[in-house]
Amino acid sequence: MADLMQFDLVSPERRVASYKASAVKVPGTEGDMTAMPNHAPLITTLRPGVVHVDGENGSDEFVVTGGFAQITDEGISVLAEESYHRDEMSQEILDRMLADAAEKQRKAVEASHNDPGPADDAAKLLADMMAMGSHVGLSADQSNL
Amino acid sequence: MANLKDLKNRISSVKSTRKITKAMQMVAAAKLRRAQEAAENARPYARKFDEVVGQLARSVGDSDTAPTLLRGTGQEETFLLIVMTSEKGLCGGFNANIAKKATRRIKALKDEGKTVKIITVGKKGRAAMRRTYGDMMIDHVDMSDVKRVGYGDAQEIARNVLDRFDEGEFDVANIYYGEFENAMTQIPTEQQIIPATFEEKDEDEKAQAGTVYEYEPSEEEILRDLLPKGVATQIFAALLENAASEQGARMTAMDNATRNADDMVDDLNREYNRTRQSVITNELIEIISGAEALNG
Repeated sequence: MADLMQFDLVSPERRVASYKASAVKVPGTEGDMTAMPNHAPLITTLRPGVVHVDGENGSDEFVVTGGFAQITDEGISVLAEESYHRDEMSQEILDRMLADAAEKQRKAVEASHNDPGPADDAAKLLADMMAMGSHVGLSADQSNL
Repeated sequence: MANLKDLKNRISSVKSTRKITKAMQMVAAAKLRRAQEAAENARPYARKFDEVVGQLARSVGDSDTAPTLLRGTGQEETFLLIVMTSEKGLCGGFNANIAKKATRRIKALKDEGKTVKIITVGKKGRAAMRRTYGDMMIDHVDMSDVKRVGYGDAQEIARNVLDRFDEGEFDVANIYYGEFENAMTQIPTEQQIIPATFEEKDEDEKAQAGTVYEYEPSEEEILRDLLPKGVATQIFAALLENAASEQGARMTAMDNATRNADDMVDDLNREYNRTRQSVITNELIEIISGAEALNG
């Protein structure tokens, strides 16, 4: 087995996961990236998506809704506003997240007629959420929103 | 002299009060444990967040392009005070102490000729502030339906505050809450959340902060993304501290009340016995003197 590094995933309400991992893939705002031990120090913000961890005891997946990751040579800390283990993720949670994102998009479109920036950002957020939903095998159908 | 029947009633009434305060104390103790746990669980996130954002803030510094949440609006005219208290009473001086701390600040700001706006969180604080500063209150957050404080509650308050900031309603925001030290002591605390402030680092962390990070996207963009979240994080931490403090204060207050009731029951029992004894003595004297009158 390759070198290991410390992997921490925390949300404001609790510590979701904390163990040794050999590689962690995070959904960075500017693209997915995989961190391995002795990575150069880096801080990136996250988009909604899936964190994939190759840990000591097999691999794991976590859903995160934005936040940021701090990578040092010793490990990676992911701070997510909301985070669930793949198995904890349910259709209700996804529906709620999608509804929030859709609401945000509606507001952004209303508030910024002449400035496409915020509206595009919100649309991207919603698209990211839907991609994340289908990745974990839930229906990202929006007809019920 | 009090009559026996009255004393008996008073004893039983104090005893039932004691039962209630005792039960409240035990409930508060159980809730306190849970509230402390919640506060404990929230700490890793808050600490890490502060570390990273603090680092970013220092490196961006006071540059003109820094987000206004960090730099401030450039003036200090209008202050927003967010006063966080409990929804329920019977917790000693907890709410009064927080209100007092905020009131002192309001007076100082008024003397300097600043404008003050108040948002209250929790019913008790609203009652205390409305009496004297009703005209300054711009909003109230009702937490009575919230059984367990969640991050969502904090986000909602933060969104409310940030929207007002974007509208230019205030320049500086402070929160007031009770910091939990232990069940006996809660410290009314004032904390500035906008513009953001960061604690000075100790030597250990300074050495660590020497690490040069790459940033993706740019430092300023990350800050712009994180600072609003920082407001929510700080409000969340304050809400959790407040919840633990409230239960701690209630536990102590109810413990005192139970002990007072114990003393009162003792005193009343003594008085009851004394009264009963003197009633018996009186009756005996009457019988004896009656008998002597017949003999004589």
